[in-house]
Amino acid sequence: MSEITPDLVRHLANLARIDLTDAELLRFTEQLSVIVDSVAKISNIVDENTPATSHPIPLNNVFREDEIRPSLTQADALSGAPDSAQGRFKVAAILDEE
Amino acid sequence: MTELIKKTASELIELMHSGEVSSVEITQAHLDQISKVDSQIHSFLVVNAESALATAKDVDARRKAGEVLPMLAGLPIAVKDNLTTVDAPTTAGSKILEGWIPPYDATVVTKLRNQLMPILGKTNLDEFAMGSSTEFSAYGPSKNPWDISRTPGGSGGGSSSVISSFQAPLAIGSDTGGSIRFPAAVTGTVGIKPTYGAISRYGLIALASSLDQIGPVARNVLDAAYLQDVIAGHDPFDSTSLPDSLGSMVEAAKAGSLAGKRFGLIKQLSGEGFQQGVRNRFAEAIKLITDAGGEIVEVDCPSFEYAIDAYYLILPAEASSNLAKFDSVRFGMRVTPEGNPTIEKVMSATREAGFGPEVKRRIILGTYALSAGSFDKFYGAAQKVRTLIQRDFANAFSKADVLISPTAPTTAFKFGEKVADPLAMYLNDIATIPANLAGLPGISVPIGLADEDQLPVGIQFLAPSYKDGLLYEVGAALESTLEGIWGKRMIDFAPKLEVN
Repeated sequence: MSEITPDLVRHLANLARIDLTDAELLRFTEQLSVIVDSVAKISNIVDENTPATSHPIPLNNVFREDEIRPSLTQADALSGAPDSAQGRFKVAAILDEE
Repeated sequence: MTELIKKTASELIELMHSGEVSSVEITQAHLDQISKVDSQIHSFLVVNAESALATAKDVDARRKAGEVLPMLAGLPIAVKDNLTTVDAPTTAGSKILEGWIPPYDATVVTKLRNQLMPILGKTNLDEFAMGSSTEFSAYGPSKNPWDISRTPGGSGGGSSSVISSFQAPLAIGSDTGGSIRFPAAVTGTVGIKPTYGAISRYGLIALASSLDQIGPVARNVLDAAYLQDVIAGHDPFDSTSLPDSLGSMVEAAKAGSLAGKRFGLIKQLSGEGFQQGVRNRFAEAIKLITDAGGEIVEVDCPSFEYAIDAYYLILPAEASSNLAKFDSVRFGMRVTPEGNPTIEKVMSATREAGFGPEVKRRIILGTYALSAGSFDKFYGAAQKVRTLIQRDFANAFSKADVLISPTAPTTAFKFGEKVADPLAMYLNDIATIPANLAGLPGISVPIGLADEDQLPVGIQFLAPSYKDGLLYEVGAALESTLEGIWGKRMIDFAPKLEVN
């Protein structure tokens, strides 16, 4: 059995900033247990000698000249924002009032 | 003019070039079909009739004035709604982006505009392309035109159903684990996932960046080739886009041939556990390939057994990171709980309200796969499986030029059949996922109808990276052989839709 518990799912959802309902918490715990149990078998077919692949096609990093190019205007960049003020994104308080 | 919608894109291009038909006539014929059938099929999330007709009028005027226009000028197209467009809302099938108008066009969309192609609208998809049926779209599912009680596949079920219900001659899709090829197989259409990096991903709302690839959805192989030729190419805005051209796919499709090539029958995907009607059509296709001078060899890819498991760790891991940007700050929905909440509370409430169940499931799974303590066992191991799969492919391509399998284990499934069981849903992609993990190209071509349900079956060809042309060459040849036998095209078998 996997180690997926409601407490763990609550913790992961909190890390991912998703405020799950209690019903979702129970359903996801059950479903994620089944998925994790199923996918866990892959750790049996690889060992420390198997190299990892992060990217399908080998590509080298490339550099370009640091030139000024056209980019979004401030108004364009803010056009989809739920709220803005003085040309900036406006958000709720970062810190709790203490 | 209803006949216009039954023509292939290649035929429509010729009709426009010879001056027999105008772009406005073609565009209007497809818009008429959209008004007739889309209330039933629900391929489109938004239809842009006015701007499509404006482009068509512009093309007709310029062609009349004798101007030399791009190859596909005037040919209408539909675009999957996970590609940004400045003149239409882009939602990726999610409530969290409802009504969002992006401030820039995706590179692929810019290329379509440069070709002067009227963009008919944006097509439906599973939310953020997570799914195999469009049942996870926040805006309701698309229907399969062959049987509207069944799904058109996913995630690109909007693009597959738009082609198979004659609402557009061409469409753009994106394929992360089969989202172009699986919907193509179950709707009797052609879908291609090109080599990773062949087409710029700039402006594609990312699902899993190391797997995502944009590609053509079409009624036949040559049509798809025309589209790939105009959307491919290096893009300085996408650092993973390939620096060199892969050559002309249209030439490859026109050269169509099966003779003298070695076709690798993948032992692990040769049909065990697949629906009988799928196996029957696949066996017939193998015989046709042999009759045409192709050689069949069996290849062994033992790691493919673990492809789905590795995929469902790599994809959620990358997705959990990519979807962090939907945080209620720069775009999309914002839900502010009562009281005087901090930004973190606003983010959590917004993401709870804005994301659907499959997206939440995968974000949480990905967060788990990447977390300290699980990383080596899950994400790290999955990346190693990726290496094993690449080795299996390298070994297989030392014995064969092209690999073959059915595209999907079953024909189109019914709504609700798999939606509550994530693992059952994931199995649809068993044959398509290995290509994404290895970055190589694949095509699905229709090969007939399954005996038991009279629904379309597809064959998948896979080629080594950069050899997309080979797929067009063998795909076009098998297609033309089958059309010779049937006396018509696959799509002509589709039942007539009841119209409003």
